[in-house]
Amino acid sequence: MTPAEIRDAVLAILNTINPDEDLSSLDDEKEFRDQLEMDSMDFLDIVMELRKRYRVQVPEEDYDNLVSMNKTVAYLEPKMKDISA
Amino acid sequence: MSRIVLTGIGLTSPNGNNLQDYRNNLLAGVSGVQDYEIRYVGKTLAGICDFDALKHQNRREIRRGTRAGSIAIYCCNEAIANSQIDWEQVDHARTGIYLGVTEHGNVETENEIYELSQFDYDVSVWNHFHNPRTVANNPAGEAALNMEITGPHYTIGAACAAGNSGLIQGAQMLQLGQCDVALAGGVSESIHTFGIFASFKSQGALAQHPVAKEASRPFDVDRTGIVVSEGGCVYVLERLDDALARGARIYGELVGYAINTDATDFVLPNPERQSQCVQLALDRAGITAADVDILSTHATGTKSGDIQEIAGLRRVFQGNSNCCVNNTKSFIGHTMGAAGALELAGNLPAFDDNICHATINVDQLDEECAMDGLVLNQPKTLESVDYIVNNSFGMLGINSTVVIKKFVS
Repeated sequence: MTPAEIRDAVLAILNTINPDEDLSSLDDEKEFRDQLEMDSMDFLDIVMELRKRYRVQVPEEDYDNLVSMNKTVAYLEPKMKDISA
Repeated sequence: MSRIVLTGIGLTSPNGNNLQDYRNNLLAGVSGVQDYEIRYVGKTLAGICDFDALKHQNRREIRRGTRAGSIAIYCCNEAIANSQIDWEQVDHARTGIYLGVTEHGNVETENEIYELSQFDYDVSVWNHFHNPRTVANNPAGEAALNMEITGPHYTIGAACAAGNSGLIQGAQMLQLGQCDVALAGGVSESIHTFGIFASFKSQGALAQHPVAKEASRPFDVDRTGIVVSEGGCVYVLERLDDALARGARIYGELVGYAINTDATDFVLPNPERQSQCVQLALDRAGITAADVDILSTHATGTKSGDIQEIAGLRRVFQGNSNCCVNNTKSFIGHTMGAAGALELAGNLPAFDDNICHATINVDQLDEECAMDGLVLNQPKTLESVDYIVNNSFGMLGINSTVVIKKFVS
């Protein structure tokens, strides 16, 4: 997957977690928590969906890498680069 | 002891999402039973609710929670709105939620295990929401969270007697002074667990019929068993003085109730204990069987259950031809934890219109289910309705009866 495809994958997961959220104006630099209605359970949902959809494991010590879109994509790129979109 | 009155009703039933629609459909003979399909069991029948869950929740909340939670949230919010109480001014710390459930957690556990099976039983995909979804207080807790109610909340596990049990618990908590407003009744999400269908099928107690609307047929000689349904019904209960002080509309007064136990069998009912339960509730209400205008039966459409209930009721009501006897499950199936509360709600408008809705789908009455006063297939108009008795019985031999009196100011 390319970084753009990983971004789309994360967007799809965010949309599943909160279908009412408008993601069209998401600022990739800003933290998710500052612009979306998200709590700690939602972040666990991101981890779970990555595991289910792409068999990607995110260990607990790496959770801090999922705070914003840019950081998430950068963290996932080496883990997902060999996965077909 | 404080007198307890019913001042608000919120419900969702397979044939109506508010009291008026539900009542209209009961009087018009409209069944809510539909064809249904569920994993492993395949094609079957069920009572399915179509209330708008998005009225009081967003989609994120619905995804996180349970169907029983959504039913509870809908019914509790609608009950408060129906009561016309000034909710902003009500002390939420003095409000309690008491909801009866037949079972809880089966739906969520089955779903998780099914999900595991899609991932080669890798438990790392087991959902982190599983525990909050399956704790026994879940439906009441979700409603408390949604409505920011900070008083006591819990569910009452009482098999299919649970709807009445929730009502009784709410009344007792008001009388104990533990709360000032009680949201009390019962909920069920049981149609979403294949296990309940499969278990009734293995027991030979699951209804089968080529026409869904004719499948739930208590007392009919051709009945084949239970139609499993979902639903919910929550009452606003208040002490009479509080209700009068705010000029509340009063649907009725809870003047008597009883819960007892067969202690004889896992599933088979005991007519002697059932009749004792009904008699105890009448005694506590200070009335006799001759005073009862409408008797709402529990009968589910099983061969033995219907016969045993009627045998028990004959002991109490024999010779009392003025009492009208009906069965609401013939319209909506068995709404499990909600059944007692929903079946009572279907009858409460009789205090105003003096009409007893019927038991539908009785083409040929089973002689062993015959008793004086059965209202079959068409509603019956009475001269007046002053007392309604509502029965709900459940597995492990739990019996419950409530007596509601028309309130005249």
